[in-house]
Amino acid sequence: MSFKVTLSSFFTGCRSLSQLAELPETHQILRQTCRDYADRELSPIAARLDKEHVYPAKQIQELGAMGVMAMEVPEELGGAGMDYLAYSLAMEEISRGCASTGVVVSVNNSLYIGPILKFGTEEQKKQWIQPFTTGEKVGCFALSEPGNGSDAGAASTIAHQEGDEWVLNGTKAWITNSWDASAAIVFATTDKTLKHKGISAFLIPMPHPGLSLGKKEDKLGIRASSTANIILEDCRIPLGYMLGPRGSGFKIAMQTLDSGRIGIAAQALGIAQASLECAADYAHKRTAFGAPIGKLQAIQFKLADMAVAIEGARLLTWKAALLRDSKKAFTKEAAMAKLAASEAATFCSHQAIQVLGGMGYVTDMPAERHYRDARITEIYEGTSEIQRLVIAGQLLKEYQL
Amino acid sequence: KCPRVSPVVTLCYCFVSPQIRVKPDNTGVVTDGVKHSMNPFCEIAVEEAVKLKEKKLIKEVVAVSCGPQQSQETIRTALAMGADRGIHVDVSGKDYENLGPLQVSKILAALAKQEDAQLILLGKQAIDDDCNQTGQMTAALLDWPQGTFASEVSLEGDKINLVREIDGGLEHIKINTPAVITADLRLNTPRYATLPNIMKAKKKKIATVKPADLGVDLTSRLEVLKVEEPPQREAGMKVETVEDLVVKLKEAGRV
Repeated sequence: MSFKVTLSSFFTGCRSLSQLAELPETHQILRQTCRDYADRELSPIAARLDKEHVYPAKQIQELGAMGVMAMEVPEELGGAGMDYLAYSLAMEEISRGCASTGVVVSVNNSLYIGPILKFGTEEQKKQWIQPFTTGEKVGCFALSEPGNGSDAGAASTIAHQEGDEWVLNGTKAWITNSWDASAAIVFATTDKTLKHKGISAFLIPMPHPGLSLGKKEDKLGIRASSTANIILEDCRIPLGYMLGPRGSGFKIAMQTLDSGRIGIAAQALGIAQASLECAADYAHKRTAFGAPIGKLQAIQFKLADMAVAIEGARLLTWKAALLRDSKKAFTKEAAMAKLAASEAATFCSHQAIQVLGGMGYVTDMPAERHYRDARITEIYEGTSEIQRLVIAGQLLKEYQL
Repeated sequence: KCPRVSPVVTLCYCFVSPQIRVKPDNTGVVTDGVKHSMNPFCEIAVEEAVKLKEKKLIKEVVAVSCGPQQSQETIRTALAMGADRGIHVDVSGKDYENLGPLQVSKILAALAKQEDAQLILLGKQAIDDDCNQTGQMTAALLDWPQGTFASEVSLEGDKINLVREIDGGLEHIKINTPAVITADLRLNTPRYATLPNIMKAKKKKIATVKPADLGVDLTSRLEVLKVEEPPQREAGMKVETVEDLVVKLKEAGRV
């Protein structure tokens, strides 16, 4: 990383992409701090967390103390009061150390706190955000169901009003953080006839009568984070636990996922970067045919392709973050960032195993864990296919088709 | 009653790279493009200063770094950890290449007088040159007591109780203030700067001074003749008996 001092024009309004060649000083320090934390506290334990499927409770609390668990939340509510560019940097560095820890951080920041910050009342923010900034409590986001993932508008979980309570029934699937969370944002249909305009968002504390968890999924990767079904059987909550206006659930979900995509793009970047570093380090040390394999063009081309994929995805991620911070439209760029970064992660981790050869296939080296962790980034928070639809939809609007 | 102690914490801006290469002309090591950051022992010194301030035993923590423009980054990190303000002593180019412990201690001594500091906290040594001299020289120039290799520090009125890590074990001493303390590894575990503090650090002031302003002459008393890599490690040799070992050692001129 070079040390050029950046221009003070960063602190006014919109920052252009060309100024991104160098990050502002605070962001550089933030990035270095997160990197130091990841190197010293996450990388050494990541393999064990993955093997034993252990939730990194202590690390999440330490990250909470640093402000990383609530980066966008204003300081009055206990957050760090920083922007999304800072969040992307933090996410990348943490995920570079441990991708599972990264997803816990991302879900808490973007998917749980994000919509409450945007759509919640002041009272709801105090109740549902403030205790979730320290890392002691984390939240989760329950949109997907066994019957619908990409087809989010077809929510079959129902919420009907009974007096001064909402009663929810249904099952949510693939919920990250479920076994470790103290609250969930659940999307349920309140008016079936209005189709996706009849979905509303609800805040539910965990544990809560009527809410139970399915078995922890046995996943290919990000194994230190818990993923399970959330089952609602006559789950009763006060009317005041609805988030945002009735019927705005789908809109809330889509807008939330727009921002979440930047977090997941950053997570994928971290995994990709870790893979590249693993491969480059190995190429330097492993000798074959009388020289380090890094001297061979076959390996050099792989490393170059990996670096280009990562850098391109990184700049897309930063651009999406900057647009969001400038309150400009960022849906297309966020989708592009998530698509590019997740495909970079799977590509880089795949090639890293190739560079490591047999060593890439065993658990002694982290390459196989990166390969397994990377795979989910092309699926959750919007599959790559959905990202392409989102991008195309925005493009076609621009060209007025 | 807490003493009016205003410590000056000094930071090393040193390189932390796993791959060090000697310059082709053997005049030094390659520093261009090599990652630089705060010396780990200096991080411990900053942490100790901030802790003392949190205990309300000292008034103000001033972080000092001598080096080129980029060393302001380490000062900002110290500010993010809790230091109140920074002083950047601007030294660059050839002056920076020749900057050694004697020059830095002269600068620190001058600053200590200017700032009316009561306590100077440094890392015991920089991990790039491993000199382990700056703290000691600074104390000598100021004619202050020194507590080096500190693994425990506690203030008692206007005296300081120190535990020093020495070859024989732990040494307990009591020194007067003003004093110079150098931090050893086990003094504390430095905190990670919190994000809100990183943001607050932006508003804290860093003053820039030149060595000449402090009346310090940077001329080096040392001339580097040559820098070379350590010899490549050669294969060892196995011997059958202790007698053979002694013979071989004598042959190699080691005994």
